[in-house]
Amino acid sequence: MTVALIALGAIALWVIAVFNKLISLKNKVANAFKQIDVQLKRRHDLIPNLVNSVKGEMKFEKETLEKVIQARTAAVSASASGNMNEILQKEGMLTQALGRLFAVAENYPNLKANEAVKALMEELTHTENQIGFSRQLYNDLATDFNIKQQVFPNNLFAGALGFTQSILWELPADSKERETPKVNLTV
Amino acid sequence: MNIYEQQANNKRLSVFIMGVFVAFFLFIGLGFDYFYINFTPVPEPEYSMNDYGYYEVEMKRQAIPYGTLLTLILSFGMVINSMINGPRMVLRSTMARRAVSTDIKEKQFLNVVAEMSTAAGIPMPQAYLMPDIDLNAFATGFSPQDSHVAITEGLLKELNREELQAVIGHEMSHIKNYDIRLMTITAALMGAVGLVSDFAGRAMRFRGSSGSSSGRSSGSGGRRGGLGPLMLVIFVVWILFVILAPLISRLLAMAISRKREYLADASSAEITRNPLALASALEKIRAAVSPTYAVNNGIAHMCITDPRGSLIEEKMGLAADVFATHPPMEKRILALKMMAYQNSR
Repeated sequence: MTVALIALGAIALWVIAVFNKLISLKNKVANAFKQIDVQLKRRHDLIPNLVNSVKGEMKFEKETLEKVIQARTAAVSASASGNMNEILQKEGMLTQALGRLFAVAENYPNLKANEAVKALMEELTHTENQIGFSRQLYNDLATDFNIKQQVFPNNLFAGALGFTQSILWELPADSKERETPKVNLTV
Repeated sequence: MNIYEQQANNKRLSVFIMGVFVAFFLFIGLGFDYFYINFTPVPEPEYSMNDYGYYEVEMKRQAIPYGTLLTLILSFGMVINSMINGPRMVLRSTMARRAVSTDIKEKQFLNVVAEMSTAAGIPMPQAYLMPDIDLNAFATGFSPQDSHVAITEGLLKELNREELQAVIGHEMSHIKNYDIRLMTITAALMGAVGLVSDFAGRAMRFRGSSGSSSGRSSGSGGRRGGLGPLMLVIFVVWILFVILAPLISRLLAMAISRKREYLADASSAEITRNPLALASALEKIRAAVSPTYAVNNGIAHMCITDPRGSLIEEKMGLAADVFATHPPMEKRILALKMMAYQNSR
């Protein structure tokens, strides 16, 4: 009798420990997700500045600039709608458009010499990296959280305690970023 | 070894080092009292016949153990000081200044530090620049909440953005797994050990020259005439300890440092997902052979590479295993390239 009681108590303690661990992970995941959100907002705010300051020099790249503007507008409206899939898709497109703009800007020595543009470029690179790294942190934490729920004894009661799997932040299946980039060497 | 084990390990080692430090000070202080003030921790009782013809136990009045008390207070003071002021002491010794956001290159440095702290999931450390043309970097602090990263101006100038990211990533992992606490405390206390053993050595020389007749053989004291063979052995050990203490503490700091560099390299690659950037940064750092003058010997073990610019880092074998603060660059770069190769397959 006492043995059974002790065993029961030990199991209860262990369940509590697992529960607390999961709760702490869950909050970390939520926090990491918020960080991505902050960085995305920052990117939306920076892009108009960049486009305005390079517009003069890059007259011949109107198409590229317009694509960036369009992608930004789409991303802003997507984040307002709050639809997760849509946000992922539109932000992916914006990342791609920006990457193209950066690549093209390499061809303009005047642009690269311009201090203001350089500072803006640095800011945007910084934001892009922040997005990348916060996404990476989010995915690492979410994976950790998911594994903790799925391993053997935990999976018996994790669902019953109200934990659900976190979605990883990945590019949508039909994203253009998955395609290998085409390099055109003809000038 | 996962990150939590590393953290626990480092915290434990930090406490251990502090304990050893206090014990070392007590040993020096006790030795001082024993040999110079005739204080014994466990006094021998003396039996003397009293007027009634009985033997009576009579405890000799002990001299006050000034040395022990002083070193006890001093050592605790220094431990607390190293915990509170250690990071600032280290930074001040390198003449580091805060990076400013008005300069475009320094702004980039600040941005990179912010990015890497995001990637590592820790609060952003304060960023400092050391006025030196050599390539070097270190991190200090007591915990991730109170941490500082410093790089030389040469490093900022020579490395491109990705390489800078890799180097800062390396420092971030030192911060995240509490290496900084251990290293900073070791650095702060190491300086104190040198100071005290210097002092004890000088006191010894002074005593030796000012006539041994009055000093040791106070006849009726606890020692009762001269030093016994056991006493002599203890005395010799004590002197050896005083002389060797700085060397021992240096060796300790080195041993602590070397393993950690591999681990930090690996976690930098994990954070940036780009081992080759760190490899090429290390190549550049290796190519800059001039010593880092801004960094003095006391904090050599905290840096990403040996600031003395000595060639011992390049050697492999026993001498390098004992005396180098860092593993050979060759091996570190090779390990990173292996990582990149395995990733690409």
